[in-house]
Amino acid sequence: MTKQEMLQLKMTATRVRMGVIEATHAAKSGHPGGSLSAADALTYLYFKEMQIDPENPHDPDRDRFVLSKGHAAPGLYSVLAERGFFPVEDLRTLRHDGSYLEGHPNMNTVPGVDMSTGSLGQGVSAACGMALAARQQGKDINVYTMLGDGEIEEGECWEAFMFAAHYKLDNLCIMIDVNGLQIDGPTANVMNTEPLDQKMDAFGFNTIICNGNSFNDLEQAFLLFDRAHGSGKPTCLLLHTTKGLGVSYMENAVDWHGKGPNDEEYQHAMQELQAAYDQLEKEYEQWLK
Amino acid sequence: MAEVMKIATRDSYGDALVALADAGHDEVVVFDADLSASTKTCKFQKAYPKRFFECGIAESNMMGVAAGMSTFGYVPFVSSFAMFASGRAWEQVRNSIGYPHLNVKIGATHGGLSVGEDGASHQCCEDFALMRAIPGMVVLSPADDVEARACVKAAYNHEGPVYLRFSRLATPVFHDPEKYTFTIGKGETLTDGFDIAVISTGLMTSEVLKAALQLKKQGTLSVRVINMPCIKPLDEELVLRAAKECKKIVTVEEHSIIGGLGEAVCSLLSEKCPTPVRRIGVKDTYGHSGPAWDVLREYGLTAEAIANEIQDFAKEE
Repeated sequence: MTKQEMLQLKMTATRVRMGVIEATHAAKSGHPGGSLSAADALTYLYFKEMQIDPENPHDPDRDRFVLSKGHAAPGLYSVLAERGFFPVEDLRTLRHDGSYLEGHPNMNTVPGVDMSTGSLGQGVSAACGMALAARQQGKDINVYTMLGDGEIEEGECWEAFMFAAHYKLDNLCIMIDVNGLQIDGPTANVMNTEPLDQKMDAFGFNTIICNGNSFNDLEQAFLLFDRAHGSGKPTCLLLHTTKGLGVSYMENAVDWHGKGPNDEEYQHAMQELQAAYDQLEKEYEQWLK
Repeated sequence: MAEVMKIATRDSYGDALVALADAGHDEVVVFDADLSASTKTCKFQKAYPKRFFECGIAESNMMGVAAGMSTFGYVPFVSSFAMFASGRAWEQVRNSIGYPHLNVKIGATHGGLSVGEDGASHQCCEDFALMRAIPGMVVLSPADDVEARACVKAAYNHEGPVYLRFSRLATPVFHDPEKYTFTIGKGETLTDGFDIAVISTGLMTSEVLKAALQLKKQGTLSVRVINMPCIKPLDEELVLRAAKECKKIVTVEEHSIIGGLGEAVCSLLSEKCPTPVRRIGVKDTYGHSGPAWDVLREYGLTAEAIANEIQDFAKEE
């Protein structure tokens, strides 16, 4: 990845984070923590990895993405808006009465959303069905899905993992956002899911551990997914991330799983993100010179 | 009198799936959760192995996989026993199929007490209630082979989720395949009468026909028999006409009296045409093991018991 590309991605991801804060502030609710941990992976997906066209969101040959951890809707919506699926200003209508931006993703109202999700454990099954359908149709379509590391406590996930390996869905990329926190506390305390790499390996996945907040790591990880095509193995990216990343007081703070910032907190968060953005922009301009 | 042909509607289901594919509907795919020999999707698997997907004993995932596949234009038929299709996987059906209104058909076999020997854990008498409660879900319950085949075809032609309940037990075929047509949202009047209207569904309809014949022979009551293969949407016009033309209504179903056909009829009538109703069904209890007909008899769901209850209800002031 060139320095230019890296800086562009970082700037985009920072704007995505701003969108998450805008949306959850306006909604006075929603899930900023897990949206911010996922922001870099979602940015990479929609700006580098997936074959999609915001002008044609229903193109039958597009790649698909299912946000199985549907509560990170602010993150997904913000990326979709940045990518041009709908106006960024609409993010401020999140969760409002009459808005098309439902609290959890709705495939029938939000352009670019490929599956309605929100009830944990279900999106990954739908992603398996899409990957199977793509193969059945003989199409070169990749299907991506993102789960939370708390979400995988749902038994349905493991049913889906068995299915993906059994049907050799090597066009399927399952990402697990391992931010280590869930509503009731650290995942390790609530219900330990480790050792996840060994479990996913044992379930028949091409398992890759990476820093889910590093674009270099993400680039390498998706390259390995690409190389797994034809291997007969579905890919699992264990994205090690920081919950709330980008807003200092939200980082690794379980409280920020599911609430919106108040006016003061909003100002604080936006100042930090704007400062980060200005710094990146400066670096970018310097690089251009 | 010639022996009446008996066929289990689960067999009709398997045959109808093959017929859909034979008719060139290439987008039909079938899923099962390790019960294909019992649900009879094995017939489809044999004829179209590349379009049959075994999901193992994992009904929840199966529903989600079918939902995902339907977004590519496929029309998945998903099968298991009624207990697991409607019960175990209820929330997947609600959130991954119902809420996005995806084009998935749920073919649930082994509904009701007539599962027999497997006993209470497998005798699902709550599936109508569970599936009716999901917005946009069509709920079908065919009474015989002819109707079951027609229901599968109608479900395929309908855009959106459909739940179909089939039986394990072989039951009399009373419809004429040459003449019978089925439309979602429509019931049919099988015999006319004006004292009492009996509305039934599934395998209870052939029992009700026998009960009505018995009452006719006794010459005491004029009974209108209405077969209701579509539990939702309910044929309101037909039910209201029956309420207006007959003095009383009886509903008969191999399902709990809570949440099924009986309650659907009561809800309609209490709002639009208050009429005395007697619900015949499973009375807020579980089934138990035994030969299907013995169990049905014990729960008052055979022709004789139904005829007695109709007569008692008719006499009530």
